[in-house]
Amino acid sequence: MASWEPVIGLEIHVHLKTRTKMFCRCPVEYAAVPNSNTCPVCLAFPGALPVPNRRAIEDCVKLGLALDCAVAERAVFHRKNYFYPDNPKAYQISQYDEPLCVDGGLTVPTADGEERIGIVRAHLEEDAAKNVHVAASGRIHGATATLVDFNRCGTPLVEIVTAPDIHSADTAKRFLQLLRQTIVELDVSDAELEKGSMRFDVNVSVRPAGSDELRTRTELKNMNSFNFAAKGIEREIARQIRIYEEGGTVDQETLHFDPTNEDSPPLRSKEEAQDYRYFPEPDLVPVHTPRDVVERLRGEIGELPGTRIRRIADTLAFYDADVLVTGGLDQLWAKLVHEGVDPKEAANVLANDFAATGGNPNDVNPAEFAKLIKARPTITRDAFSRGVATSFSGSFVAGVFTEQKAVSDVAELDPVIDRILAANAGQADAYRGGKEGLLGFFVGQVMKETGGKADPRVVSERLREKLGPSTPA
Amino acid sequence: MAITREEVLHVARLARLELSDAEVERFREQLSAILDAVSKVSELDLHGVPPTSHPLDVANVWAEDEPRPCLPLDDVFANAPDRDGELFRTPPA
Repeated sequence: MASWEPVIGLEIHVHLKTRTKMFCRCPVEYAAVPNSNTCPVCLAFPGALPVPNRRAIEDCVKLGLALDCAVAERAVFHRKNYFYPDNPKAYQISQYDEPLCVDGGLTVPTADGEERIGIVRAHLEEDAAKNVHVAASGRIHGATATLVDFNRCGTPLVEIVTAPDIHSADTAKRFLQLLRQTIVELDVSDAELEKGSMRFDVNVSVRPAGSDELRTRTELKNMNSFNFAAKGIEREIARQIRIYEEGGTVDQETLHFDPTNEDSPPLRSKEEAQDYRYFPEPDLVPVHTPRDVVERLRGEIGELPGTRIRRIADTLAFYDADVLVTGGLDQLWAKLVHEGVDPKEAANVLANDFAATGGNPNDVNPAEFAKLIKARPTITRDAFSRGVATSFSGSFVAGVFTEQKAVSDVAELDPVIDRILAANAGQADAYRGGKEGLLGFFVGQVMKETGGKADPRVVSERLREKLGPSTPA
Repeated sequence: MAITREEVLHVARLARLELSDAEVERFREQLSAILDAVSKVSELDLHGVPPTSHPLDVANVWAEDEPRPCLPLDDVFANAPDRDGELFRTPPA
């Protein structure tokens, strides 16, 4: 049987963090009163004229530079014509054949090297309004009206298009994670998936391994979860391979995967969908990004996350380095290591315990947090957890938690252990008969009995001694 | 450059316009005349001339990212045929 190679390309939309919209000076705010952030430009009143947002142009250039793109000597805005009530002008101002940034790439570090994913373009455009389709009962199906909030209409977006250089769902996911962290660090966007400030479309096709043809692709549209995207890609790859192996053909189609997206996307007929009648926006003049601006923006870009993963992977396992950097935790990690915490222990605490709290690593006092981590083996589990959960509050002091020593005194623990063993004689026999995993059960019982205050290492030691060897019959 | 009846109908559909037969014919003639006038340009030798996207020889017109007042809601909805509280109401899309 032939083996197949997946070919994946991504199109990512990112909301810029500007104060005002792309072509008018209405504020960009989440959760404002509907239609309160609108004006003649974004409502398309006759005669209103767009004026580009300088910050948005600079943010797009900065992002393009971080993605190793060339900044165009001359960039032009185009009108993309379509008819739908999310856009009162009946066209979106976007970019077409003269985008702001072209021909870049993002290098994704991997466990055994790196993969460079080409960036075809990064351009500026405006977002559309938010539509809610209402029906007598429920939504979308059998809608009786569409309600429109133009607050989002005209807010600035950067669209990033990759080359079809990605060949696995895992690489797609890791590319997206690295891209997201890069965008966040450049401070051009929150890139928050849940808030919809980063969304992406995925194009998937497969071809016989070793060939360089591009077969019919399907599009997974409007995704906002990396794991969801990876699963969707894997499912789609498997579906296409099955079709080809059964002698069939793949149809070009668009699959919508986002169950939380209340927007029912315009299902235009194929003939209309392709007919956007792009033409240069006559109300806007070209952008010739000044070279000194390009150089200033280049100077503002720090060490990029991809480079840091590579550097930190010299100290830690690649996987740990990847998790720390793409989770935005590596700077705190470096400070903890500087305070004398074991690098691997610091990585574990950050990636597991700290990440679960949702706390902002920038709010942590590294010296105090380091004291807590170093005291971990001698304090109660509960004290450690509570310490981590408050580590990012301004008033955090490690001493409150490091005073809560775990009970490691055998004389105090033995009676509890004996009681637990007596009460669970059946499990004790099962352990001796080879069910070694039951040790965890006994440790758990002792921890429960002591209100989480026992030192689990001492408890395990005592239990092993008292239970004797665990040998299968 | 004559354009066809089908092309007129296609463009009308994209713009959600309903045209009578007489209008289709009238626009077919007018649109053909416009294309003829514009195609005059291709009689010139334009080798090496970059395409013009704007008649003015200016670039880099932009504004600082500073919020300005928006329209009061009453003005926002002044011309709206229908509204539902603070939202515009349209036929189902």
